[in-house]
This record gives sequence, structure tokens and C-alpha cells, in this order.
Amino acid sequence: MSMTHPRSGRPRERVLTMRGIGKRFGAVKALTDVDFWVNEGEVVALVGDNGAGKSTLVKVLAGVHPPDSGSIEFDGEPVGIDSPADAQELGIETIFQDLALCDNLDVVANLWLGRELRDGATLDEVDMEQRTWTLLRELSAKIPSVRVPVASLSGGQRQTVAIARSLIGEPRVVILDEPTAALGVAQTAEVLNLIERLRERGHGVILISHNMADVMAVADRVVVLRLGRNNGVYNVADVTSETLIAAITGAVDHSAVRRIPERTDAAAPEPRDADEPPDHTAGGTVIRMPRAGARRTPRPRGEGNR
Amino acid sequence: MTARGDERLAEATPDERLLSGSGIRHALEGVVTRIRGGDLGALPVVLGIAVIWTVFQLLNPVFLSSENLVNLTMQCAAIGTIALGVVLVLLVGEIDLSVGSVSGLAAAVLAVTFVQLQWNLILSLIAAIAIGCLVGLLYGYLFTRFGLPSFVITLAGLLGFLGLQLWVLGETGSIAIPFDSWLVEFAQQMFLPVWASYVVAVLAVAAYAWSLVRRARRRAAANLVSQSYTEIGVRAGVLLLFLLAATWYLNLYRGVGVMFLFFLALVVSMNFVLTRTRWGRAVYAVGGSVEAARRAGIRVDRIYLSVFAMCSTLAAVGGILAAARLASANQSSGTGDVNLNAIAAAVIGGTSLFGGRGTAFSALVGIVVIQSISSGLTLLNLDSSVQFMVTGVVLVLAVIVDSISRRTRAATGRA
Repeated sequence: MSMTHPRSGRPRERVLTMRGIGKRFGAVKALTDVDFWVNEGEVVALVGDNGAGKSTLVKVLAGVHPPDSGSIEFDGEPVGIDSPADAQELGIETIFQDLALCDNLDVVANLWLGRELRDGATLDEVDMEQRTWTLLRELSAKIPSVRVPVASLSGGQRQTVAIARSLIGEPRVVILDEPTAALGVAQTAEVLNLIERLRERGHGVILISHNMADVMAVADRVVVLRLGRNNGVYNVADVTSETLIAAITGAVDHSAVRRIPERTDAAAPEPRDADEPPDHTAGGTVIRMPRAGARRTPRPRGEGNR
Repeated sequence: MTARGDERLAEATPDERLLSGSGIRHALEGVVTRIRGGDLGALPVVLGIAVIWTVFQLLNPVFLSSENLVNLTMQCAAIGTIALGVVLVLLVGEIDLSVGSVSGLAAAVLAVTFVQLQWNLILSLIAAIAIGCLVGLLYGYLFTRFGLPSFVITLAGLLGFLGLQLWVLGETGSIAIPFDSWLVEFAQQMFLPVWASYVVAVLAVAAYAWSLVRRARRRAAANLVSQSYTEIGVRAGVLLLFLLAATWYLNLYRGVGVMFLFFLALVVSMNFVLTRTRWGRAVYAVGGSVEAARRAGIRVDRIYLSVFAMCSTLAAVGGILAAARLASANQSSGTGDVNLNAIAAAVIGGTSLFGGRGTAFSALVGIVVIQSISSGLTLLNLDSSVQFMVTGVVLVLAVIVDSISRRTRAATGRA
């Protein structure tokens, strides 16, 4: 693999790269030849209509459904994600829409569930509570008390707890499935702030959302899926909601345009060149998959080097 | 109960504010908001005991005599131990209807091996307890492997193990356990000497206070809200007064039974395991949300397996205590009201039937309610027909309280 990053032996910025991912459920092709990548400290929004394959792609990453075809690279190494445990071991944490919190347990207990700190044979509540506060302060999260049952928290606070929980294992990539669905205005703002904190901490964030306003507010890059195929990758800076919606609904069909060159280089193992001139279609800039590690230079205090 | 110590932060305030504060006033405020929010804890059952005791004392002045209360404690131990197992199963949101049959089976195994086969008593005890444990593992296997509802599995167990109990007892039907064996003495004759009972009470409170002080110090060192020494002092002082008074009163007659103390020790250790270990945390998590527990990496199947095994094991221990107290095992051991009394005790004590809520202490307070009713009605010369009906009514009341408080919790966002 050609290196554009002189500082280290492996690309430092790119965390995760998926190439040509395909997944079938019986006769249904849920994903066909999907490319996807995430860098450290980057928020990538994954958008698409219902049935576009967003959830399937995320489940492939989370290890719920292993892909039928295609390759996944993590830190430049080819990896297989065959189970949720594999995903967690790599440092991919998924926060599904249902949050999966235990309502009867308090915030601390939920945060550390399954990996409680121990002091001998007993739980080290003091240490866990202290670290919980540290983490919540780092996220500027507003939780009234960490000793109340999660059931008594608001939707945004519950989302905060779920996100904070995913950070306990210091993951490289955090996947958020519709984090702002069913939240009010203030709570949505709270969660979006939280996503910015995640970016500052150097996590790669994958955000699935139907809400274009949220996507435009917080994402760096938008990946559009349509009918299980890539339908454009846009920089948020130079795209409008209208363009995105056009791509989502299929008013603009990039998949047809994009498949043709890809077929030709599918045989070659080299990734496509980042300097390839972008298509200018319908006002948005479609980005080609850049070479690993070429994109962002600032690397805010990441948890890298696992 | 100690786990609640941290929850003194009042909850009903606007969510933007970080709550803090300490002291007795805050502790009381926390209790009040919690109760208003429908998190009743032990309150209904404590009130219930007060009402029941007052009524029976008015009807028959013997009821609150030292003699009757000593007998009451001894009656509590066996079924209370079984109820402790039921609490565990309820905490994960399941049920075990066969605890009575399993306790009877354990009693039968004990009597047959010890009396008829002349085994060493220790060996017989191990055999009886092991049978209980095996039954629980079988339930756990059926539950986790085939996904049968625990209701059905244990209903089958209720019948099946009653049959096994009859088969083990064989032709005789009733086997007397010799009075000179230490097991029977343990259950009938052994009481703490007066000085020892006070020493135990003081030591227990000292251990409680020490654990609170230790925690408060660590929390203070870590800059977390901690209990003030005054609050710890008040808590420990109240507990000490209560225990000393109870001990003194029981000592007016025969004193504190060793079997009752054994039961108390079981309850306290179970509370410790449930609140201070990863296993206990996992039990509550599974009861709260199986899916969340699974995704958090908890091996849910193992939790179910261990909980069913512990429930049946405790049922076996309870059966042994009951047999020892009666000095016999027979075809009616563990039948009749044992089953439902044990389950009722757990529910009356405040363990939710819906899983994830309750403490080990609910077995203790629940069984005190049940046995108080039974003892009081016996003193009034009312026969078992009335007893059954009254217990049934109390059980329904307890479940109503559970349901209403659950609804209140949902309404106030504490569900």
C-alpha cells in the first residue's frame, strides 16, 4: 500500500475503510458494492431513505451481520467483523436507537455495566462514580445526579448516558443510530453538542439521521445511500439540504455515474486517487474515496495507538 | 438498604441543576421525594407489620409476648430461607413455583439417607443441598436452552419433584429424625446465651457503622458527596437501639435462636452479594432489561442458570431447616402453603413481580408478615381456612401496592 503519510508506518488518520461491501438477505440485496470510510475526529453522516441500507451497513460494522462480500480495513489492517464482540474489540461502539439502558439502575451502574471496576471482589463504586463525573464533565453533559435511576432522566439525558457508556472502552469509532429522533429542540441541541465533543476527543463518529438540519449542523461529510448503493459523498461545507434530499430520493442518481469508473478499477487493489477531479453534479461536490490518511492533518488528542 | 445511602439527592428539581448536598435534612427529603415518586421500598410492609401487630395484640394480649415472638422468629427461618431464593428469581423477572416441592424433596433425601441409610449427617446434608442445586441447574438449562417460560418449567417441577419426594420416602411415608442429632438441636434447642446475643448485636452494628464510615471517607477523599458522620451516627444508633431492644425482649424468654440468626446471616450476605458484586449488579440488570444486559456483555444465560440454581439450593436449605424443626420428614413436607407462603413473602416484602426491583431484606420482612398473620390467627383459635383467606387477601394487597407504585413510578419517570 502506498503511503502518503511520512510520520508513521501506518496511516494515522484513517480509522476505518470499507470497500465494495455487499449483503443479501435471501433474495433482497440490502447492500451492493458500498464504499465507506471514517477518519479520526470526523463526523460522517450516513443518510438515505427507508430501506436504503443505512441500518444494514451499521450492523455490518457492529458485527451483527457479517458482510457477504467486500473488505474492511481498520487502521490499515484488513479485519473481519464477525460478531459484536469483534467490533467492540476493534473499538467500534454502536449506540442503537433503543439505547439499551437498564431503567432500574442508576447512571453509574449503567455506564459501567458489564465492565464494573472492582476493589478486590466487591464493586469499586467510588472510583466508578468519580470517573463517571470526569467523563460527563468532559462531555459537558447535564445530568442532575449520577445516582438516580436512568428512568427518571429525560430523553436527551438518556442519550447522553448511552453515549457516555460507549466511551468507557475508549472506542475509535462511535456509531449513533438516529440519536435525535424523538427529542425536543433543546435536547437535540444537547446531543449535537455531545457529538461535537466526541469529534474533539478524536473519535470517528458515524451519525445516522433523517434530520437534514442536524446533519448539516454537525457532520463534516455526508454519505448518501440509495437502494443499497452509494449515491454520493459530499462535504457538508459545500452542499445544500436540497442537494442531499435530491440524492436521497433519487432525483439525482450518482450510483449510475459512479459505478462505471469503479468497475474498471475494481480489479486493482490500489485505492482510487484523492486528487481525482470531483464530479460536479446538481450543485454538490461528490468526493471520491481519498487515499487513506490523506485528509485531515490536525489530530486532536485521540486515543489512537491501541 | 445501605445502597440507598447515595440516593439522598433530591430528584424533583429542574434537570439543569447539579444536585448536591448532604446531611440529615437532605436524607429525609430524599426519602420523601422517593416515596412520592412511587419508590416505596420497605414502607408499605413496615406499616403493614405495625397494623397487623397492633390488631392482633388488641385481640389477644399474648401475641406480643416474648414467648410468642421467639416462636415467631423460629417459624420464620425455614420459609424465610426459601423466600430468599424466590427473591432472586423474581429479581431477574422469573418465577419458581416449585420451591415447596424442592424443599420437601430435600427433606426426604436428608431423612432417608441420614436415618434409613445411616449416612453421616454432613454427607446427608450435602446430598440434600446438592439435589436442590441440581434441580435449579436443570431449570436453568431448560430455560436458557429451550426458552420455556419459567412458569411452566417450575409448574412441571412442582408436580414432578413432589412425585420424586414421595418415591424417595417410599412405603414409610414419614421418617422421624432423631432428637439427639445436632441438626434437630440446632433448629429447636439452640439459643444464643444472653451475653452472646448482645455481643452479636453490637458487632453487627459496629460492622455496619464501620462500612459506612469507610465509604464516607473514600467518597470524601474522592471529592464526592458523602454522608456526614452525624448521619452515620444516627443511622447506626437507631439500628443499635432497635437490635438491643429486640434482643432484650427476646431474651425475656428463650432468646435469639441460632437458626433465626443463621437465616439473618443468609439475608445479610445475600444483600451484600446483590449490592456489592458484579454478579449482583448483573442480576438487577437482567431483571431491568435483558437486552441491555446482553449488549453490555453480561452472559445472561449464566446469570439465569446461577439464579435458578441458587433459588432451588436455598429452597433445599429451607426444607432441611423445616424438617429439622419438626424433627421429621414426611409426605406433606413442603406441600400445602409452603410454596405460596414463600412466594407471597418475597412479594409482600417489596420485591417486584416485574423484575429488577427488590432487596434481600424483602424476604425477611415478608416472612415476618406472613408468620405474624399465621401466628395471630392460630392464637385466636381460627383454623387454617381463615388463615389461608387472610393470607390471600394480604398477598393481593401487596401486589396492588406493587402495581400502583409501579404506575406512579412510570408517571413520575422512575419506572
